[in-house]
Amino acid sequence: MSAVSKSPWVLHYDASSCNGCDIEVLAALTPLYDVERFGIINTGNPKHADVFLITGSVNELQVPIIRQLYEQMLEPKVVVACGICACTGGVFKECYNTLGGVDVAIPVDVYAPGCAVRPETIIDAVVAGLGVLEEKSALLKKGELVSPEMPPLPSAADKMVQGERVSDTWKNNIAAAGEAPLASVAATSSTEEQ
Amino acid sequence: MADRTVIPFGPQHPVLPEPVHLDLVIEDEKVIEAIPQVGFIHRGLEKLVEKRDYKSFVYITERICGICAFGHSLGYSETIEALMAVEVPPRALFLRVIWHELSRIHSHLLWMGCLADGFGYENLFMQCWRLRERVLDIFERTTGGRVIFSAVNVGGVNHDISNEDLRGIVTILEDMKDEYQVLLKTFLLDKSVLSRLKGVGVLTKEKAVEYGVVGPFVRASGIPDDIRNFGYGGYGYLEDFEPVVSDDCDGHARCMVRAREVLQSIDIIKEMVSKIPDGEIMTKVKGSPADGSKAVSRLEQPRGESFYYAKGNGTKFLERFRIRTPTSINIPGMVFALQGCDLADVPLNILTIDPCISCTER
Repeated sequence: MSAVSKSPWVLHYDASSCNGCDIEVLAALTPLYDVERFGIINTGNPKHADVFLITGSVNELQVPIIRQLYEQMLEPKVVVACGICACTGGVFKECYNTLGGVDVAIPVDVYAPGCAVRPETIIDAVVAGLGVLEEKSALLKKGELVSPEMPPLPSAADKMVQGERVSDTWKNNIAAAGEAPLASVAATSSTEEQ
Repeated sequence: MADRTVIPFGPQHPVLPEPVHLDLVIEDEKVIEAIPQVGFIHRGLEKLVEKRDYKSFVYITERICGICAFGHSLGYSETIEALMAVEVPPRALFLRVIWHELSRIHSHLLWMGCLADGFGYENLFMQCWRLRERVLDIFERTTGGRVIFSAVNVGGVNHDISNEDLRGIVTILEDMKDEYQVLLKTFLLDKSVLSRLKGVGVLTKEKAVEYGVVGPFVRASGIPDDIRNFGYGGYGYLEDFEPVVSDDCDGHARCMVRAREVLQSIDIIKEMVSKIPDGEIMTKVKGSPADGSKAVSRLEQPRGESFYYAKGNGTKFLERFRIRTPTSINIPGMVFALQGCDLADVPLNILTIDPCISCTER
């Protein structure tokens, strides 16, 4: 067992969660669950963190921030998606401003489902993450660790063309425009509103 | 004159559980101006009302915010009940008040813990959250969920609490009260707490009126503004209700108002349990809201006044649903209170309004 998995430090970030999972992440750190007895400490600095606990679905504004936090963390690192929104988008999957789970922005290692995720699940997920951390640090020592590839940058425009998570007005506009490029669709819809 | 610098604050910051961004314009160590940017948690939840029927939308409103979850589902249900003229059984009204006040206790204890963490009093943070777990245990026993518990539905409540369990809740809260007094003493009298909070983020009575702030923020500026005064829902059955007010207008006053409100909530629950009638807990709701019908309702959330608006269109899907949440009203007041404060006091200034960004942006 390497030193890193004996005392993993966690970084917590709220991607666009409803707070339910965030307070459960904090509850896991406080006396009832007290993960500090396993050496798990909450840190605010991504450069000190080994495990990235991320809650909530992702919107476009958040993608660059999450990527920046992820890139600031040093290898070996593990990403844990806490809560069903972080796993798949959850109840907000059909909202117009939600791109989906955290895996649209960064590669995720462990998924912890639940709405809101229970502290027990978070602890289980972090323990599962330690296994990944162990593997990664072994690879790092051998110099064979390859950072996982970033998922392609999600674009809201693509989603609109596919007809996903778009209001009926937009779908009609797209159907009316036929093969026309998206920019012209946007232009027609804005003139209609005026 | 010293040079001005802009310091970005957030969206990821150790004291912020939620992402909000502030551009702090600094001269020496003083904040000249704070420019907020919100929108990091915007999901577009109000629009979802077109895809979920009015009964299933209760579960979506709970997920507006995990801390005020109960309040939002209550506010939504009250609005739909007003829209469709549904009579709620009295027992359900009493149970709603009991859960709502329990959520207030849990929310205030959570906030007090976060505040203690904000000024570096880790022990106090842990003690607050330890005490909060007792309330969560009550939630888990009565509804099955710890933070989001689907207890309210249009027409009443989904779960009943037996009278025996209700008396049990009062006993638990009584035990909690003794331990809470120790925390209260620390928050109100401890030297290190006072030195971090006294005189921080002053918002005078005049300015509080001008900015129209709500909740404990305005009550700490000496204005007894509390929607519970109007006796909505089960609050009409209360003998007497007096909002907790403080005249000090600073961060410590806000802390004191919230700390005292916890005791007030325990008293309300005790009174409600002693008066609760037996009977049904749910009225069957049939049909859908009439075309063009509109309804509003107001509610006192742990963070202040929430305003709900719903418009029907004759189908089981609503035409429009809108919420005005307390934090979105409090942000201008917070930005004003930030002007002229020390850079080191910025986190405390932000925390003392108890921001709930996920309510604000939905």
